[in-house]
Amino acid sequence: MTGASPLSPRRLVLVLLVLLTFLFLGSTLALMAGPAWLPPREVLRILLGFPTSSEMSLPAGDIVLRIRLPRLLLGGIVGASLSVSGVLFQALLRNPLADPFVLGVSGGAALGGILVLGFGGVLGMGYAAVPPAAFLGSIATALLLFAVAGARGRLSSTSLLLTGVVFNAIASAAIVFVASLSGLSEGTSIFLWLIGSLSAARESSTLLCGLFLLAGLVIVWPQARRLDLLALGEESAAQLGVDVERVKRILLAATSLMVGAAVSVSGLIGFVGLIIPHFLRLLLGPDHRLLVPASALGGALFLILCDTAARTVLAGGELPVGAITALAGGPLFLFLLRRQQGKGLLP
Amino acid sequence: MSEIVLSFEGVSLRLGGRSILHGIDLALLRGEVLGLLGANGAGKTSLLRIATRVLAPDAGGVRLSGRPLEEFSRAELARRIALVPQRSEVPFPFPAAEIVRMGRAPHLGLLGFESREDVALADRAMEEVGIRELARRSILELSGGEQQLVAIARGLVQGTPILLLDEPTAFLDLRHRVHVLRLVRGLARAGRAVLVVSHDLGLAARFCDRLALLSAGEVLSAGAPADVLTPAHLRRAFGIEATVFRAPDGTPVVLPEGDARGPGSPGWTSK
Repeated sequence: MTGASPLSPRRLVLVLLVLLTFLFLGSTLALMAGPAWLPPREVLRILLGFPTSSEMSLPAGDIVLRIRLPRLLLGGIVGASLSVSGVLFQALLRNPLADPFVLGVSGGAALGGILVLGFGGVLGMGYAAVPPAAFLGSIATALLLFAVAGARGRLSSTSLLLTGVVFNAIASAAIVFVASLSGLSEGTSIFLWLIGSLSAARESSTLLCGLFLLAGLVIVWPQARRLDLLALGEESAAQLGVDVERVKRILLAATSLMVGAAVSVSGLIGFVGLIIPHFLRLLLGPDHRLLVPASALGGALFLILCDTAARTVLAGGELPVGAITALAGGPLFLFLLRRQQGKGLLP
Repeated sequence: MSEIVLSFEGVSLRLGGRSILHGIDLALLRGEVLGLLGANGAGKTSLLRIATRVLAPDAGGVRLSGRPLEEFSRAELARRIALVPQRSEVPFPFPAAEIVRMGRAPHLGLLGFESREDVALADRAMEEVGIRELARRSILELSGGEQQLVAIARGLVQGTPILLLDEPTAFLDLRHRVHVLRLVRGLARAGRAVLVVSHDLGLAARFCDRLALLSAGEVLSAGAPADVLTPAHLRRAFGIEATVFRAPDGTPVVLPEGDARGPGSPGWTSK
């Protein structure tokens, strides 16, 4: 609870253990769910490598280990990356409405990725060049954003929305343009990029994405108290001993890494970075020492559950998970905006 | 006794092509409360921002215990100088107690958790300022005055030998103004040095050991309150006519002239 007592290491560990338990339960559900429903016992036996009891054991093992588990891992990693990135942007821009998708940073990453997908072949670049290109796209967009935010280091909700809308419009148009020019628009791949989907899970990309997330967390978590201080304003943070410019550069690099990696494997999944931090702040308070790791776990759980829904709600087909997160996140965004304006908190 | 802890030496500053400060010489002594007065835009806040190295002066410099300010790391500086800003807008619903505890940030270890001692210091500061009952409330729900008290407690908890306060009492009622200024005076008596920006001439005269009056980016006058608060100085600094009385203990009391009484005002001639 957001009481007067300070955050102790004990409380931190306790909360994270509870979240891990939920993540485990959610993951089990995700492995059970699909066209062929498996009982939880069966899933656990397969995961632990025991021989399965049912007569359809071999396909069940394949379904869990080869189809559902890789997708689960990717969903968890992407969800955690986007959610932590949301926390970082909110702290850096000092606005709880910030989110890599809303700000257009994801769009910039997608544009970088699609440029390589479309034209990289000409230059001899393969699929491996997509994540770095997405990283460059996201960092370029984020730098532009901070240029817009200006010297005060705070982006008002109005400029946040306007820049986000414009960046996203430019990115989407450019993506469609590039895709049409390079013949990528055939099939559904471009559609999946724009709306965001986990259906292209591959082992190599999951591993890479996981490494980027890990690197991001290792960089970000030790800076968590500085994020709290930044909430007081950049001058107050500096006055309390924070080297503001350096911290901003470090965090910007970390978040661009995570967003770039996530977008390069899953496209534009929106609002995860808005929903999860908001929800967890209500539940646990705004202390970033707790919020950063909790958002990683919460974001992972959220995207895994959304993807499970995406795979199962349509019999015989699947929805892109980005459609589900957008349907959940869009209204929340509007609600938060309305409340901010009601309080006269931000211009 | 009169050890100089912070000194501005020929500090000049230009912002956006406009000259804000020129050639400011001012010293803050250990154990004193120095009041910084001046009209809006006179450069008071800029001076504080230079002292915390948020702004760099175009000419001149600041010395902290005799050493140039630039020689200190950000963290060292944060353990020596605390600044209570005029206003800060916090975008997240931190409990007031947490904001106060953030004042301990310059003293935290690697893991970034407050020790029991840090927490006790924060609790005591809230007690001293008189905001214990606000501890659990979200900073977003507090009034301007309450937020100001939280910021003051945060400044106290930083435990620095130098405390800079930028209009700490602007949003406070009279009772809280007096309480805060008494508190600040107590800190100075205990050996800290306090620089307080104020627009309240009466309280400044009452609670500050010395006053410095800024006008158009220069120190117009500095010294004992009775020497600084003269009708001539007030006319130059604020562009007002005022009568200065003496309280029984010698403290100057400034009474600005009203429209009807001022020489040269319409009310004066029509009578």
